[in-house]
Amino acid sequence: MRNTSVQVQRPEFVARSQDKAFGVVQKPLTPWERVYGNSAVRKVALLAVLAVAWELYARKLDSPLLFPTFTATVEAFIHAIASGVIPQRTWASIRVLLEGYGVGLVLAALLTAFATASRVGTDLLETLTSMFNPLPSIALLPLAMLWFGLGNGSLIFVLIHAVLWSVALNTHAGFRSVSQTLRMVGRNYGLSGPRYLLQILIPAAFPSILTGLKIGWAFAWRTLIAAELVFGVSQGSGGLGWFIFENKNLLEIANVFAGLFTVILIGLLVENLIFRTIEQRTIHKWGMQN
Amino acid sequence: MAEPLLDVRGVTLQYKTKEHLVTATYRVDFQVFRSDRYVILGPSGCGKSTLLKAVGGYIEPVEGEIRLSGTPIRKPGPDRVMVFQEFDQLLPWKTVRENVTFALTASGRLKGKAAADKAMEYIEKVRLGKFADSFPHTLSGGMKQRVAIARGMAMEPAILLMDEPFAALDALTRRRMQDELLQLWDDTHFTVLFVTHSIPEAVLLGNRILLLSPHPGQVKAELNSTGADDVGPGGEKLSQRIQQMLFDEVEHKSLVADA
Repeated sequence: MRNTSVQVQRPEFVARSQDKAFGVVQKPLTPWERVYGNSAVRKVALLAVLAVAWELYARKLDSPLLFPTFTATVEAFIHAIASGVIPQRTWASIRVLLEGYGVGLVLAALLTAFATASRVGTDLLETLTSMFNPLPSIALLPLAMLWFGLGNGSLIFVLIHAVLWSVALNTHAGFRSVSQTLRMVGRNYGLSGPRYLLQILIPAAFPSILTGLKIGWAFAWRTLIAAELVFGVSQGSGGLGWFIFENKNLLEIANVFAGLFTVILIGLLVENLIFRTIEQRTIHKWGMQN
Repeated sequence: MAEPLLDVRGVTLQYKTKEHLVTATYRVDFQVFRSDRYVILGPSGCGKSTLLKAVGGYIEPVEGEIRLSGTPIRKPGPDRVMVFQEFDQLLPWKTVRENVTFALTASGRLKGKAAADKAMEYIEKVRLGKFADSFPHTLSGGMKQRVAIARGMAMEPAILLMDEPFAALDALTRRRMQDELLQLWDDTHFTVLFVTHSIPEAVLLGNRILLLSPHPGQVKAELNSTGADDVGPGGEKLSQRIQQMLFDEVEHKSLVADA
């Protein structure tokens, strides 16, 4: 027998009726809680604070040549948009960028496919990425200019270098981290080869693939602007980088700021509209990312 | 006697770790017949999961042969569907309905509307009709396992392979899932090969129980069960007999001597 004398003895309790005074189980959030819960609202508020700080500091400095005010920058920006200069330069940049990004992705896909299919391919991918990933694309620009001349060819070459390694590395890492269970499920269905790759591996590795695409995009965009600063004149009109460089030479500093502003704005748009939407519709909806 | 559906003969399984070559099972024999609820029971290290993977076609035996309806098993295929212990066995990018439908279309069993209808039929069977359009990450562990079972059954395989499917569930949910599995069996009399390390689960679910000893896995006994934990000829309950065989080497020897 267990010794129960060390325990406190007490009567049992069974509830006869349930208290209903707790009100509702689910209560809607207050408007303020909803607004604060929206990350877009929080980010816009932060941007507004930064703009005000910029304006105040620039006015205090009072040196339009070194640091124009926020309002002057916005004015120059609107003016440059209205005159069609910025849209035209932006389009020139983006066209080159998309070409380089596209070719980079295709090459990354080929390299990763080879790496997934064979052990030599894996070694090749690992060796190449560890060699070239740390190498800044812009360092290849002199060589590219020698090989492809002062044109889009050189720009696309450095863009490919900027995109290829990060996308290939992330995609490959994503494939390797696909769980053993999911792999076995795919094989259980009798899937193999391209169908196995498309219907199991790619969606399962999608979080990593998307990270690779984002990093590749950011590398490509900054490489392009930097490369255009070195030489932008191809086919008559350069891109945004050249716009910045030109206006610096003309001492139109508000325009320089407007150019930088455009670069930032496009970065924000791509990140928050395109990539965010893809994230929401895929990995977020699938619960693969919180 | 009828032809066995699954015939495992003298199967030795080995796998490599970084430092060792491990023998998981040594010359295991057993036969599963149509509509059996065949349970492989043993402590951890007896190679029961490895054995199931070999039946699934994921591992090749180094010795012996596994035949399904007379044909040797060489690779995974939709005639042997696995239900895993892990909750991540559903494709997270597909809803419940899409998961089950995709299993049917990807394996080439059915197409289009026929696949969708069959999928819905089995989703209803596991009482998840309301959640057909939910993504797996919004379901509880027990619901995910029910989807996995629905998916396995919808493919109507020759044999359903279950690798401790309820082991990661809480005790209350596990109890309910066991009852549901038995009800589903009453409906369709599917053949299932079920791996577990729980004696009560084996006694409740199986009509035939294979006991394996560990390091390496070898057949210790093959017992019949009615699910009710009956008192056997030796005067003790089936679960007690199993307990003794698995854990009391000395008593086991005397039992064999008696028989």
